[in-house]
Amino acid sequence: MERRGTRWALGGWTTLVVLFLWAPLALIMVYAFNKSNVQSWPIPGFTTHWFHVAWQASEVRSAVWLSVQAALLATSIAIVLGSAAAFAIARFRFFGREAVSFLLLLPIALPGIVTGMALNSFFTFSHIVPSLTTIVIGHSTFCVVIVYNNVLARLRRSSPSLLEASADLGADGWHTFRFVIWPVLSTALVAGGLLAFALSFDEVVVTFFTAGAQNTLPLLIFGYIRLGQQLPVVNAIAFAMIVLTVIPVALAQRLMRDTGVLRRGASALAATK
Amino acid sequence: MAASLDPAEGLTARPGRPLRAARLRLSGFFWRHRWAKGLLLLAPPLLAFGLVYLSSLVALFISAFWTVNPFTTDIEHIWNLGNFRTLIDSSAYRTIALRTIGIASAVTLTDAVLAFPFAYFMARVASARGRTFLFVAVLLPLWSSYLVRVYIWRLILDQDGVLNWMLNKLGLPDQHLAYTNYAVWLIFSYVWLPFMILPVYGALERIPHSFIEASRDLGAGGFATFRRVVLPLALPGVIAGSIFTFSLTLGDYVTPLLAGGASSQFIGNVVYSSVGISNDVPFAAAFATVPLLVMALYLTIARRLGAFEAM
Repeated sequence: MERRGTRWALGGWTTLVVLFLWAPLALIMVYAFNKSNVQSWPIPGFTTHWFHVAWQASEVRSAVWLSVQAALLATSIAIVLGSAAAFAIARFRFFGREAVSFLLLLPIALPGIVTGMALNSFFTFSHIVPSLTTIVIGHSTFCVVIVYNNVLARLRRSSPSLLEASADLGADGWHTFRFVIWPVLSTALVAGGLLAFALSFDEVVVTFFTAGAQNTLPLLIFGYIRLGQQLPVVNAIAFAMIVLTVIPVALAQRLMRDTGVLRRGASALAATK
Repeated sequence: MAASLDPAEGLTARPGRPLRAARLRLSGFFWRHRWAKGLLLLAPPLLAFGLVYLSSLVALFISAFWTVNPFTTDIEHIWNLGNFRTLIDSSAYRTIALRTIGIASAVTLTDAVLAFPFAYFMARVASARGRTFLFVAVLLPLWSSYLVRVYIWRLILDQDGVLNWMLNKLGLPDQHLAYTNYAVWLIFSYVWLPFMILPVYGALERIPHSFIEASRDLGAGGFATFRRVVLPLALPGVIAGSIFTFSLTLGDYVTPLLAGGASSQFIGNVVYSSVGISNDVPFAAAFATVPLLVMALYLTIARRLGAFEAM
């Protein structure tokens, strides 16, 4: 075990990093209630007026709707393609398997500007007009990887002999899927799907190159901040987005605990004490 | 006798359950021809991926060699090296490329330094409850909006922002970080920090405690154990994290645009304005090949060092 001094130093460092991570988030929550539309500190007074303004703004509403549609579609595609790829990579040995698993990681390993520009060239090349479809295609590229990674990690921890046992007991493919594969996989799929949805909902770097003239919520906020317009509305939206973030984080946390990712670590630690 | 191993055998003829029989026959088929199942699983993602992602990368390379007619702004399909010649000849573009790579390296280093002790504490010192808390402490910023987190720092660093207010309260002079490369570096380090913490934590958590005990038994002190056992085993995690922090910074234009100054242009900003303002897709494509090549080199090295297992 580490020396006492080392432990204290590590603890102090960790506290500072947590403060660094959280203080800015706490601050924007305060700014959302800023009475003035000048964003300086300290704020002159409190109001909930801007939440009302943000809620009523039709621009904001249509941007939110477009983002939700894109995220739902991209996540659905990602769940189907990502888990199929994960099964193939985890359960089969074939020529080029390494290359395929490397290829699948590219959309998150390559810089956003490369993915964005590549898709833009492709759409320009084939005369495809930007639409919801092009946004969804762009988001799917990296959402697939997220689901793929989650499902692959889960499959590697579960034994393939379960499937053989299931077949030996007379189950057909559907039964095996329903009673053996699904219980193992469901939490990984939900966790991966949540992360994919959140990434898609938040994406701005690639989206700019695939969206054309339409605004997803991040593109709208980006425009507002860049031009210095509607900053109080941006604050209010920021507040709402941070509060909404708690839901997927709590869910992901619960899912990880249920599947023993945390418990495994905790028991390993307990064994050392 | 091999036929009787087929699960569909003997059940196919049972009356009244045609659906189950069909399913069993199908399962039997896939059992006997495993390759068919593999192909069926692999084909859709691979086709979609090849059709969209790889074709896009090819399109990027091809259009980088085209040109735009300055009068009609139409893309002319004439092969030439003009875009690349402009990139190499112009010192402005060289500076931008070097700045992008330099700040991406600085951000990666900063995040590694910030993340390592944090992840170490989380994996090896904190109680189970403390670990859960720290997980949430990392996940919440990771999941909250990227734009919002960049924007907050603009408010903090602004002339009449929180930081100067605090400094003045302490009797210190104002800082002038807003809209400089330092601000860009600071904000990138803030935004991508969770991407470094999680893989480093994962690598540290997987080190069996018996390794550390063995090292101690063999006479190594705390520092020697750290340097020769813990650090080498944690390195793939650090490199996996660095792929994210480096690549995400390399391909960004939002933070330099929102929080940087006149001399904070990134490769991404040139690409962004080439597409969004001057409509010069070929030149943008040519410049986008620079981060692509840098990242290809980086990934090759990372793969050698075993970072892919830690992603």
